[in-house]
Amino acid sequence: MDYRSSVEIYTEWDIVAARQLGRNEARKIGFGTVDQARITTAISELARNIYLYAGKGKIEIERLYENGVFGILIIASDQGPGIADMRKVMSDGFTTSGGLGAGMPGVRRLMDEFNVESELNVGTTITAVKWLR
Amino acid sequence: MDEIIDQWQEQMQEEKGELFFQYMSSEVVDKTSRQFAELMTSNLLESETINEEKLTDFAEKVVRFSWSIKFVNKAIDRFGQIAFNILIEEKVIHTSEIKAYMDIYFEWINPLRDSIVEAYSIEWERTVNLQKIALQELSASLIPVFEKISVMPLVGTIDTERAKLIMENLLEGVVKQRSEVVLLDITGVPVVDTMVAHHIIQAADAVRLIGAKCMLVGIRPEIAQTIVTLGIDLNDFTTTSTLQRGMQEALKLTNRKIVEGESL
Repeated sequence: MDYRSSVEIYTEWDIVAARQLGRNEARKIGFGTVDQARITTAISELARNIYLYAGKGKIEIERLYENGVFGILIIASDQGPGIADMRKVMSDGFTTSGGLGAGMPGVRRLMDEFNVESELNVGTTITAVKWLR
Repeated sequence: MDEIIDQWQEQMQEEKGELFFQYMSSEVVDKTSRQFAELMTSNLLESETINEEKLTDFAEKVVRFSWSIKFVNKAIDRFGQIAFNILIEEKVIHTSEIKAYMDIYFEWINPLRDSIVEAYSIEWERTVNLQKIALQELSASLIPVFEKISVMPLVGTIDTERAKLIMENLLEGVVKQRSEVVLLDITGVPVVDTMVAHHIIQAADAVRLIGAKCMLVGIRPEIAQTIVTLGIDLNDFTTTSTLQRGMQEALKLTNRKIVEGESL
């Protein structure tokens, strides 16, 4: 079950590649169309954040199997500027790029587990898990 | 010379694991290898300069066979190696002359390699550009359906560039077609994330500014759920699941409806 694939994010089109990978993996694991849409949207948000704020980074997708339940793990990592105010970022409507400010809190709601580790000027790693029910 | 070609072919056969040769008849392989060998030697024997025409011809062929550049590169290396070995065996060159030989070798191989790499990158650039054009042709035309009602079907991924194009076409079209209601159909958009939603909202706002109304139609159930979960506010929009329902709404907004005609 140690199966991990990754997409480097450099351009806007890599976002498409990342979510295509995620969608295929989610389908293979057995997620329904609604969850597939949730997972791909979450990947899209995370990948876009990398592209917008860090410039480059990586999206990794891993298949999980724990306690008899399948799941999908998304890891988004970059060596970008980091997140200055975590509470603001996780609240709806906060944006520094003129967007909707729904990305980060949205991803947390789209997924079952969500964790952010970020250090200023070092980088950010976000992990998110969705379990197959 | 034939000896070099034979040995080279033999060695390259071993590389067949690289999957490229498998799908082609040995005849084609043989012909192509000969052509390659000729090309390799032509600039050595005939003249100083590389035969441009032959080279482009060959590069095109190779690209068409979709051989990897790595493979071709290896082929060039092998060829040089074998030639070198044979020349030593035949005592054409002596170890004392290696330096001089190397100079000749590099002068021989490098331009060749450069040209092949260049041919490849030109081919790739061309492909990418063509695909870009094809994608742009796909995107976003505003179609007048009834008087005052227009539809813009969106198909495929929306990136920043396309979002701009959509906005332009939308506004231009609304003015030109004197539309009062515009239906944005997102049935063919695979993922609606916050960026896409943002662009759609902006487009709708702009449409409102020039005096028309924008409706969002073709929202698939799973997209509806993700939009809600993301917390995107589309309350300012009239939204419907299908284009058909949207059209009915649009007709209602412009005080019209479709009635079944009496049979004659």
